[in-house]
Amino acid sequence: MLKQEDKIFKNLYGFDDWKLKGALKRGIWSNTKNLIKLGSDKIVDEIKISQLRGRGGAGFPAGLKWSFMPKDSGKEHYLVVNADESEPGTCKDREILRNDPHLLLEGCLVAGFAMHAHTCYIYIRGEYYSESSNLQKAIDEAYENNLIGKNACGSGWDFDIFLHRGAGAYICGEETALLESLEGKKGQPRLKPPFPAGAGLYGCPTTVTNVETIAVSPTILRRGGDWFAGLGSVNNTGTKIFSISGHVNNPCNVEEEMGIPLKELIEKHAGGVIGGWDNLLAIIPGGASVPLLPKSICDTVKMDFDSLKEVKSGLGTAAVIVMNKSTDIVEAIARLSHFYKHESCGQCTPCREGTGWMYRMMEKMIHGDVLNQDIDKLLDVTKQIEGHTICALGDAAAWPIQGLFRHFRPEIEKRIEERNRRVA
Amino acid sequence: MHHPGTNNKVYKKINNNFEWSKDNFEKISNILKKYPSNKIQSAVIPLLDLAQRQNKGWLSKNSMEKVAETLSMSYIRVLEVATFYSMFNLEPIGKNFVQICRTTPCWLRGSDKLSKVAQEVCNTQIGETSDDKKFTVVEVECLGACCNAPMIQINDEYYEDLDEENFRQLLNDLKSNKPIKIGSQIGRKSSQPEREF
Repeated sequence: MLKQEDKIFKNLYGFDDWKLKGALKRGIWSNTKNLIKLGSDKIVDEIKISQLRGRGGAGFPAGLKWSFMPKDSGKEHYLVVNADESEPGTCKDREILRNDPHLLLEGCLVAGFAMHAHTCYIYIRGEYYSESSNLQKAIDEAYENNLIGKNACGSGWDFDIFLHRGAGAYICGEETALLESLEGKKGQPRLKPPFPAGAGLYGCPTTVTNVETIAVSPTILRRGGDWFAGLGSVNNTGTKIFSISGHVNNPCNVEEEMGIPLKELIEKHAGGVIGGWDNLLAIIPGGASVPLLPKSICDTVKMDFDSLKEVKSGLGTAAVIVMNKSTDIVEAIARLSHFYKHESCGQCTPCREGTGWMYRMMEKMIHGDVLNQDIDKLLDVTKQIEGHTICALGDAAAWPIQGLFRHFRPEIEKRIEERNRRVA
Repeated sequence: MHHPGTNNKVYKKINNNFEWSKDNFEKISNILKKYPSNKIQSAVIPLLDLAQRQNKGWLSKNSMEKVAETLSMSYIRVLEVATFYSMFNLEPIGKNFVQICRTTPCWLRGSDKLSKVAQEVCNTQIGETSDDKKFTVVEVECLGACCNAPMIQINDEYYEDLDEENFRQLLNDLKSNKPIKIGSQIGRKSSQPEREF
């Protein structure tokens, strides 16, 4: 279990003051000037040593991503923070935004400096209204106290932070769709390359990063990359906020060490599965986009990028959706299919047409109202969507269904059989 | 599933004139400062949001034309954005815009029961507005408060940790214009574990 002193998010639940006064007490903004004095290369190196992987879902090494920013492009550089948290099951960034906004702002300054950026946009999902008011208040406080703005923290670096509210579109969590949206257009993903580090916001070098990734970086710099790398295991280091939802006694967000066994995570922090561990049916371990895991795997699997990849799922955003035996597992996945149908941006044909088709098929499967061969047809369609779209939404729509059939195919075959008997 | 934000028709029946209020006019100049002076199109979402607030929760054709004019954009570019994002309503809504999260984490904890309660108490259907224009009830996708499921949004605020009983009470209080509590309905501060085990 993670020791209290190793926790990065000391005010995750908002029991303490979220405003500047409270933040200063927690050590935020205490020696930011010295962190900046390390210099851009040293900051990026320290993040590389920490082996921090992006917390937004893909798990790309953060230090490496930051180092893609050109040194001297002659253009404006931008840091864009992705606070468009909409992956079903995920509600971790919300707690950072409303309960510890200064932790994020300090991270923005340090990371922005490392990327040679003078401007940072925080793109927050439009539904997070009170969260955005807290964050805006924190930004105002930081300006008033010269923590950001001209000569931020007395470091000689000018740094502006602007808050931009979205208006309800899951797809804007995809980095290039987010940039399109920030430019005042429909949030439809761009083809890559060019990657944002070369041509991002307004055609300038840009890095888009998740809230949690940015928020942990000042602590890493203060305590050293080695400290962070000492938690968890190689390539899966540090601490992580897990959002545990669904059929547990105590749904909660909790910061834990990477690689904690799934069972321990649920029993220790979420009060166990409703009806006991043996009443468990399946768990989606990393937000709606990753395939589910049946109980047999949940018994032993560890919560980190590589362990979950080995069992053909993923850590994603570390949003653990627990389903006990009272769940209609087919409807649970059908609801996710409805989500992807609703959120497809409509740009690529396989995704626009496919998500709707998959949803209608899944709806029928709830009642077994399909033919036996339709199962393979549906699986075939998921394979044709996966990898054939500009962004990963197509993949994300396909994987939950593939996961369902990988582990629960007999359940659907049973429903088809039952329905056939009823009709006959 | 009908939702005032997802229809692609511009509601033409009411075509009142739209002018920015003095308050909003000042807000706009502050918003525009956030973006490079040659990239003010970036402000289209914030301005549509302002227009919608000024126009009682929905965007008329005139209000969108005003946004286009303010940002020197063509109307079609503004309409494109307004139809793409689900938070923009293109037809009038009731005083209380009740949005019930229907995605799996909320559903696992009983969001479908909340839908039934809302239809009963508000005396309307999903996607419709009640006759007294007090409520519009819709189902929406994940609102990102899954550790406090099931939850709903009414206008700007979240109401969390609901069940049939406290949700019915909440709606009845709204109906009789009593004050209601924002956030968790069972006294949680945020998403901490509810009790120690």
